[in-house]
Parts: sequence; structure tokens; C-alpha cells
Amino acid sequence: MDLALAPETLARWQFGITTVYHFLFVPLTISLAALTAGLQTAWVRTENEKYLRATKFWGKLFLINIAMGVVTGIVQEFQFGMNWSDYSRFVGDVFGAPLAFEALIAFFFESTFIGLWIFGWDKLPKKIHLACIWMVSIGTILSAYFILAANSWMQHPVGYRINKEKGRAELTDFLAVLTQNTALSQVFHTLSAAFLTGGAFMVGIAAFHLYRKKHIPVMKTSLRLGLVTVVIAGLLTAVSGDVLGKVMFKQQPMKMAAAEALWDGQAPAPFSVFAYGDVEEGHNKVAIEIPGLLSFLANDDFSSRVPGINDVNKAEQEKFGPGDYRPNIPVAYWGFRWMIGFGMASFAIGLAGLWLTRKKFLLPQHLRVGEDEVPHVVLFRNKALGPKLTRIYWLAAIWTLGFPLIANSWGWIFTEMGRQPWAVYGVLQTRDAVSPGVSQGEVLTSMLVFTALYAVLAVVEVKLLAKYVKAGPPELTEADLTPPTKIGGDSRDADKPMAFSY
Amino acid sequence: MELHDVWFVLIAVLWTGYFFLEGFDFGVGILTKLLARDRPERRVLINTIGPVWDGNEVWLLTAGGATFAAFPEWYATLFSGFYLPLLLILICLIVRGVAFEYRAKRSEEHWQRNWETAIFWTSLLPAFLWGVAFGNIVGGVKIDRNFEYVGDVWDLLNPYALLGGLVTLTLFTFHGAVFTALKTVGDIRERARKLALKVGVVTAAVALVFLLWTQIDSGDAKSLVALVVAVAALVAALVANQAGREGWSFAFSGVTIVAAVAMLFLTLFPNVMPSTLNADWSLTVTNASSSPYTLKIMTWCAGVATPLVLLYQGWTYWVFRKRIGTQHIAEPAH
Repeated sequence: MDLALAPETLARWQFGITTVYHFLFVPLTISLAALTAGLQTAWVRTENEKYLRATKFWGKLFLINIAMGVVTGIVQEFQFGMNWSDYSRFVGDVFGAPLAFEALIAFFFESTFIGLWIFGWDKLPKKIHLACIWMVSIGTILSAYFILAANSWMQHPVGYRINKEKGRAELTDFLAVLTQNTALSQVFHTLSAAFLTGGAFMVGIAAFHLYRKKHIPVMKTSLRLGLVTVVIAGLLTAVSGDVLGKVMFKQQPMKMAAAEALWDGQAPAPFSVFAYGDVEEGHNKVAIEIPGLLSFLANDDFSSRVPGINDVNKAEQEKFGPGDYRPNIPVAYWGFRWMIGFGMASFAIGLAGLWLTRKKFLLPQHLRVGEDEVPHVVLFRNKALGPKLTRIYWLAAIWTLGFPLIANSWGWIFTEMGRQPWAVYGVLQTRDAVSPGVSQGEVLTSMLVFTALYAVLAVVEVKLLAKYVKAGPPELTEADLTPPTKIGGDSRDADKPMAFSY
Repeated sequence: MELHDVWFVLIAVLWTGYFFLEGFDFGVGILTKLLARDRPERRVLINTIGPVWDGNEVWLLTAGGATFAAFPEWYATLFSGFYLPLLLILICLIVRGVAFEYRAKRSEEHWQRNWETAIFWTSLLPAFLWGVAFGNIVGGVKIDRNFEYVGDVWDLLNPYALLGGLVTLTLFTFHGAVFTALKTVGDIRERARKLALKVGVVTAAVALVFLLWTQIDSGDAKSLVALVVAVAALVAALVANQAGREGWSFAFSGVTIVAAVAMLFLTLFPNVMPSTLNADWSLTVTNASSSPYTLKIMTWCAGVATPLVLLYQGWTYWVFRKRIGTQHIAEPAH
């Protein structure tokens, strides 16, 4: 059979497409839930109407986004069984538990309270309604935790034994699965990156409105919140990335050697800035390197030895038998760089923005602006930037919206493809994980159907987002400002229209 | 009763919860074409399930996840074996969810009409296909010694399974009509009751044949009890519907679903997926289940989480307890 269309290859493509697509929505859902909850908390505490308008505006975008996250998540729950039945048989005893926990604890939470939040504006007292969005936020974070614990087990299996008689892995220590350092650092890294994504989304859209001098009070608040989120989350993403990297250097040296296109072990090992390799020959043709940095990233020591691709391949051959244990090197190498590059670009734009649009700090009186004015873009003490540079900053801020999405996608492509040929590192190879009973035609059908459907939905979703972004924050109505005092709504008028309906 | 038996019961409970809850919201989706006369009425229907459909659907995800964790072999065989029908169900659930959320987000006529059409078909197809799937699970399929499904997609479309599909389709439509009568006010409420009678009679006929077929094929005394309860409850639901006791009618149509699912699982036990090729190759609660340690952890989790879920989901229904009619549907601001 043509290898390019082998069921295993197709199943991998389908998993890659559906998962990367799903993960476009996940980080936005996680962060926008919390940010919207924060804005609504500000409304409830201060009764300043701009916070309620901001809540409604970002809440709407959040809902358009989460709808896609939820429906594409259904596929994730089932395709292990559909396309990876041998994987499911082998690891279900271990891997199934966090998935079931996720559904029982997190999914119910999220889906129930989101319904209450969407329809609850005129049915729930203010504070209870606010609690609902916080519940949704907690649900999204719990969900991330369980699924990342499951994924971490594939990266670094712990707390299990192999039952030879049944031919499967069996759980022996669930706590180890939930609390191993791989899981904790992956959760830390993914959540920080999620907030970087949501922050950048907010910055981009707020910048879009401020650049056009529209909806200034609400968008100024949003810009500020977005910028602070980007800077804090960006910093945490870098720190957690370093932590996760060190864990990976120990647990999956092959992945990290591939990430650096480091063919042969070196002490001290350099960090590669640019490389063009010859995979067949096992070395790089062109390379630009920073001496010693890789040793530091791996071991906190500028002169330590870092094993190379060829070393690890040989070691794994000795351990697991003959075979090629190298992942796709260019994908790992460039995926790693694009992840860091786009993520940190977004962080840099956020950091710059926080300084350039500062309210009062080191800002002379004449450059400070009122509540209804767009902030000046000020680099040095006494003078705002010229119109051209100002324009460039706002455009950069708008474009940063997409950067973390690209970084997230490459992060997952890197971490999953960097683990190949393993599905569960050192335990089960991907080629042994696929469903033997599902035919080439079936996988091809599903892959094409999912891809086509997702493409159409992407167009629908982006257009809808654009429409609501352009519309800006809604004007408040009488009903918005007089929330009910009783659960189920005050029965002032039995025929009053609902505040929100589908 | 060993832990894998407990989990067999819990999986049955999860599917029951799913069919009870999403059963009526599939039904409501189908009624958007069968009952509603115009857009405001369609919107009334959609909004009766608006706040809850998503939570209802999680019962399916949980049934899937719990099967993966408690019976990995069952999960693997079922989902890889029923590949194409499952694909169709997934496509429907994806489009359906988006349809609910996006329909009202634009005011253009064609946009709203298209999503409404989508809601109808993506409610109807899964309502039918889940019955087909369960018909095949209970009736047995071609499973080889490695627990692999070796039949093709046409084998799944056998008369017994197709009849099962008709049962879920009609039963969910009935359940949805009864739910609509309970949750709406005005003209649509009266018409929902009239429609419920018609659909209910058809449901009773189809369900009786299917359940008797199941009983004769593989039933025992316990399953016979469940059968009798299911049929009696359906009759009671019809009577209550005629008497205008909508709450009772809904409760009884719910009991019908519970008893019918219970009957299927009772005839299944101790198998989880019988093989028609060789009885030794059937997946059972013992050979398909996870290790006792995993089941123990899962039992703790389910024991704590499930009552909480029932509590806050129940609370949601109470929050949105008011009936709605066309007067409650405002034109959304665009």
C-alpha cells in the first residue's frame, strides 16, 4: 500500500488536523472565560457601566469561540476508539481514567454553568450570575489539567505496570499520573500560553478600535487588561517553557536533540539559531549557533554535555531493538523555533505596549489623556511618537492577536511529532496503536469530511467574530441595569421578553 | 457484585441519562419542522432547550469517557467497529451545537433558515442512529477472536437494528413533544399535546415490536419486567397527556426511556458486545474491563461527582422553570 495513504498515516493526519484545529479554540476559551469573569467581577464591585459593556462584548466573542471548542472537542473524546483502537486497548486502563474524570468533573461543570450564564442575565441575581462564569472558568482549567495529565503520561509514562498476560498497561498509581513533574510543568506551560493567547486577542481587538478612535473608554480598559495579561502570561510562558524543557531533556532527550538539530553530543552544547540539515547524512549543512546556551537550557550549566540525535538513536536501538527512533527533524527543529518566536514576539509587543501607552508613570502632564481619549503612544519622556510610528505600533498590536495561535499550534506539533515514533514514549509505537479494523477508505473519508467541515466552520466563525468585533460593545438596556433579585427572575410581568434568547 | 458489574450498571446509567435528557432535546429539534409553524414558534422550541442542551450532551461524552476507562476493549471495538455511523453522529453533533449557538447571531433570512434546517436534520439523524447502534450492540455483531469488528457497514443496517433506530427516533420525538407541552404556553402547547398523542401511538407500536423481539431473542424474567414497565409507562404517558397532566406525562415518558434502556442492558449482561461468530469471542464485563485498581478509583470519582452533577443540573432546570411562548422571544439586537 502506498505509504502516503496508509491508514496509519491518514489516521495521524486526521488526529493532527482535528487536534490542532480544536486547540485554536481551547486557549481562547480558557483565558477569555477568566478575563470575562474578571471584567464582570469589576462590574459587580464598582457598578461602573464600562465594565458591564466590556463583559458583554468579550463575553459574546467568548461564546462564539467556545461553541467551536465544545463541538470539536466531541471528536477528541471518540477518535481514540475510532482510529486508535489498539492504543485504546493497550492504555485504556491508565489513559481512560483522566479522560473520564475530565468529563465527569470538568465538562459537566463547564456546560451546565455556561447555559446558566448565557440565559441567566434576567433569571439570576447579580452575584449568582457572576459565580456562574467563574464556575465555567474553573471548569475550563480543570479540563485542561486532566487532559494534560493524560497527555503527559504519553510523554512520560509513570504509575503503571505492563500486564503481559492481558497485553496491556495497567494503572498502579493514579496520583503519580496526576502529579508527575511532566504533567505539572505541562499544565503550567499550557495555561500560561492560554492566557498569553487571550491577552493578545484582547490587545489586538482593543487596538483595532482605539486605532479607529471608537468605543474608547471600554477599549482602553480592555487594552490595559490585555497588555497586563500578555506581559504576565508571556513571562510565565517563558519560565514554564524553560522548566518543561529541562524536564524533557531528561525524559525525552531525542525530542530536545531534534529541537536543536544537535546531531552529535557536545559539551558545552550551543543553541542553534538557524540550521539547515541533511537528515540522511545526519548533520547540518549550515548552522548559526550561540555557544553553551543549550547546555544551560538543558542542565542550568553552560558547559555540561547534551546528547545528540545520533547518540540517543543508538541508545534507544540498544534498549528497544533495531529501528529508527528519530522523529521528523526539520518539523521538530522549526516547530520549536516558531513556537518560541511567535510566542515571544507577542510578549515583546505587549511589553512595549504597556510602556508606550502608560497612563501616568513617567508621563508629563500634557501627554496624559482623559477617559474618552485614545492614549498617546510615548516612547521617551516628553514627546509622543509621530503619526507614522504610532500607526506602526497600533498595527503591530492588532497583528499580535494571531501570533500566540500560531505559537500554540507549533508547540503541539513539536511536542507530539517530537515524540515519534512513539505513541507512549518507550512503551507503545504509533504504528502499533492504530485501528487494525478500520480501512483506508474509511479513514480517508473521515479525514476529508472533518477537514472540509472544519474549513467551512472556520470561515463561518471568523466572519461572525469579525461582525461582533466591528459592532463593538453593546449599549446597555434597562434590563441589563436592573438584574433580578430572585432566582428564576422577578415576576414583574409574566409576558416580558427574555433578556437573551437563541 | 464485583466492580466491573458496578461499572456495567454505571455505564447503563450514563446512557440512560443521555437518552432521557438529549432524548427530549433531539425531539424538540425534530419538532422544529413537525410542529412549529413559523420562525417565532421555532425559536420558542429552540429556547426551551437553549440553556440545557449542552449539559445534556455531556452525558454522552461521559458515557464515552467512562467506557474508555472502565471497559477499554468495549470502547475500542465499538468505536472502531461502528466507524462510519459514528462519524455521521459526530458530524451531526458538531453542526447541531454550532447551529444552536450561531443561528440567532445574524438576522439574514437565509442564515437563520439554513441553521434551522440543520437543527432538524442533526437532531433526527442521531436520534435514529443511536437506536441502530444499540440494536447492533444488543443483537450482536461479527467480532473475531481478537475482539475486532469484522463486518462491514451494511451488516449494521440489519432489520432488528433499523427497527431499534425507529424506536429511538419515535420515542425521542414523543418525549420532545411531551416536553414541549410542559415547557411552552399558548397555541403551541395545545398542538404539542395533540402531536404527542399521534407520535405516542406510533411509538408504542414500534417499541412493543422491538422490545418483544428483544425479549424473545435473549430476554429473561428481569428483562420482561423492564419491558412491562416500559410499555405501561408509555401508556400512562399517553393517558396523562390526554388528561392535560403535562408534568406526569413527561415523567412517564422519561420512565419509558429508563425502562427500555434498562431492558437492553439487562439482556446484554454479562456481555457488553456479543459476537455472532462465536460466543467465546463475545466481549463481556470480565474480559473487556479495566483492572480492579482503575475501577476502584473511577468508582470513587463517580460516587462523588455524579450526585453533584445531578444536583446542579437539576438546579438549572429549576432556574429555567418558567414556560415560554412567542411573547417571550424578543428580536435580538444586531
